[in-house]
Amino acid sequence: MSTILVQVIVGGLLLGAVYALFSSGLTLIWGMMNIINFAHGDFVMLGMYVAFVVYTLLGAGPLVGVPLAALVLATLGVIVYFGLIRSVMKGPMLAQILGTFGLALLLRYAVFWGFGANFMTLPENIVGGTFDVFGIRIQASRLLAGVVALLVTWGLHLLLTRTSLGSKMLAVSEDSMAAQLMGIRPDTMQAIAWAIAAAATGIAGALIATFFYIAPTVGETLAIVAFVTVSLGGFGSIPGALVAGLLIGVIESLSAYLIGAVYKDIVVYSLFLLVLWFRPQGLMGKM
Amino acid sequence: MRRFLWPTIVLVLVIAYPLLFTTPFQQRLGALILLYAIIASAWNIVGGYAGQVSVGHVVFFGCGAYAAMGAYAHFALSPLVGIPAGIVVSVLIAAVVGVPTLRLSGHYFSMATIAVSELVRLIVTNVDYLGAAVGLSGPTVPRNVFDMSFTSALPYYYLFLATLLITLGITWWMTSSRMGFYLRAIRDSERAARSLGAPASRIKLYAFMLSAGLTSVGGSLYAMMFGFIDPESGLGILISVKMLIMAALGGAGLLFGPLIGAAILVPLEEISNNLLGGKGAGLTFVVYGAIIVLLARFQPGGILTLLNRLWARRRTSRSSVTAEGASHAP
Repeated sequence: MSTILVQVIVGGLLLGAVYALFSSGLTLIWGMMNIINFAHGDFVMLGMYVAFVVYTLLGAGPLVGVPLAALVLATLGVIVYFGLIRSVMKGPMLAQILGTFGLALLLRYAVFWGFGANFMTLPENIVGGTFDVFGIRIQASRLLAGVVALLVTWGLHLLLTRTSLGSKMLAVSEDSMAAQLMGIRPDTMQAIAWAIAAAATGIAGALIATFFYIAPTVGETLAIVAFVTVSLGGFGSIPGALVAGLLIGVIESLSAYLIGAVYKDIVVYSLFLLVLWFRPQGLMGKM
Repeated sequence: MRRFLWPTIVLVLVIAYPLLFTTPFQQRLGALILLYAIIASAWNIVGGYAGQVSVGHVVFFGCGAYAAMGAYAHFALSPLVGIPAGIVVSVLIAAVVGVPTLRLSGHYFSMATIAVSELVRLIVTNVDYLGAAVGLSGPTVPRNVFDMSFTSALPYYYLFLATLLITLGITWWMTSSRMGFYLRAIRDSERAARSLGAPASRIKLYAFMLSAGLTSVGGSLYAMMFGFIDPESGLGILISVKMLIMAALGGAGLLFGPLIGAAILVPLEEISNNLLGGKGAGLTFVVYGAIIVLLARFQPGGILTLLNRLWARRRTSRSSVTAEGASHAP
C-alpha cells in the first residue's frame, strides 16, 4: 500500500516537473509584458506533434525530437511576437486576449484538420523499459521527461538570474524606457523571451509525447494546468512555477489514485478557483 | 427622426425575411442568426461594454439549456419554466466567479472564466441527474404549444426576434443609464474611473451578472429549438468562442456589432458544414481562428468601427469639397 502511494507521488512529481517547465514559459511572458498567452497549451500540443512526427516518421528518439521541437517552437514564438504580439500590445486589452486566443484556435484546428481528432499514443519502445528503485516501479519515459524538465527549468531560472541576457530581460520588464536609455532593445529582449518561452513548451511537449496521449485538444487541458500552476506559483516567478508545478503533479496523481482518474481535472480546476478566491497573488508572487 | 430611419428599415426587413425566404433551410438559418445574435449581444454587455473578456460564457448558456431540458425531463414541465431557473443559477454563478476575479487584471478574468467553464463541463459530464455524457432530451412529441416543440423554424424565428429586441433594449437602456457611463469610464481607464469615485468592481460585477442572465435565456431557447442538450453542445468552449468572435467581428461594445457578426459568421458556418460535412467543422474553426487573429492585429474595433470611420472620412471630404466650392464662388 505505502509503496504504491510513494510510486503515485513519484509519478506525480515527474509529471509535475514537465508542468513546471511549460508553465515557466507562460510566467516568463507574463512577468515581462503583462500578457497571457492563451495559445500556450497549444504550443505544447505542437511540440507533441513535432515529436510525434520525428519519432514515427524519422524513427529517431527524444535526442533528436526534443531539440527539434524546441527549435520549431522557438521559431514560431519569434514569428508570433513580431507578427502579432508586438502590435496587439499597443492595442486595447480585448485585442491582446483575442489575439492569442485566436492563435490557439488556429493552431488547434489546423492540427485537427491535418492529423484528425483521434487520440494517439506513441509505441512504448521510443523510451522503453521500467526501473525498479526500492520496490518503486518507474517508467523510463516518465523518468527521462521529469529529470530533463527539472534541469531545463532550473537552467531557465539560472539564465534569467545569473547571466547578462537575464539582467537585460529583467531591465526591460522593470522599465522598458529606462532599459532603452541603457542601450537595451526592448523589442529584441521581448522576442528572445517569446523564443525561450516557446522553446520551453516545445521541449515539454516532446518529452510528454513519449507517454501522454496526443490529440489536437490536449492543449486546452494543458493550458489550464499552466494557468493553475502560474497563478499558484505567482505570476512572473519561475521558482514559484517549479514548486507549484510539482505540487499540482502530485495532487493530480493522488486524486486520480484516491478518487478516480475522471476526477483529477475537477480537483485541479477547483484548486485554481480556490487560489483565485483566497490567494490571487499566488504562493510566491507579488501583485 | 433620421437616426431611427435605418433601424426601422432593417427591422421591417428582418420581420419580413421568413415570409420572403420560405425554404426550411433559409428559415432555420434566419432563426440561428437571431439566436447567436442574442447570446453574442449578451456577451457584449460584459465583453464589449465592460471590457472584461469572458471566455467561459458557455456556462450560462449551459445553465439555461439544461434548466429548460431538465424542467421537461425531470418534472414533465414546459421548457419555458426552465428559463427563470436558468437565469437564477447563472446570475449566482456569475457572482461567485466575478467577485474574486473582477478585482484582478482582465487577463485573470479570462483565465478564470475558461477554467470555470471547463470545470462545469467536467462535472456535468459525470452527473447522472444531468444526463452525464449522453445529455438530456426535450419532448419528442409536443403535448401542447407550451412544450415549445415545433417542426417549422418559423415560430422560433419570431420568438428569437422578440428576445433579441428585448436584449438590445436592455443593453441600450443600460448604456444610456448611469451604469453605462460608469462602464465606458472603466473600460477607458479603470484607475482614472476609480479615482473619480466610480465603484468599478461593483459595476463590472453587475454587468457580468446581467450578461449571464441574458445568455442563459439564449441557452434555454437553443435547447427548445434543438430539443436536446449534451455537455458538448451545451457546455463546449467553442460556443463561448462563437459569442466572442461574433461580437468582436461586428464591433465589441457597439449595440449592433454582435448582429453584424452573427449575420456574417452563422451563414458561413452553416454553408461550410453543408459543403464539407464533418471535416468542415475543423476548417470552420481554422477560419474562425484566423479571423480573430487578423481582427486583433488590424481592426480590434470590428467591422462597425471601420465603417463608422470610413463614413466619417467620406463626410468630411465631401464637406471640405463644398467648402472649397463655396470659396471659389464670386
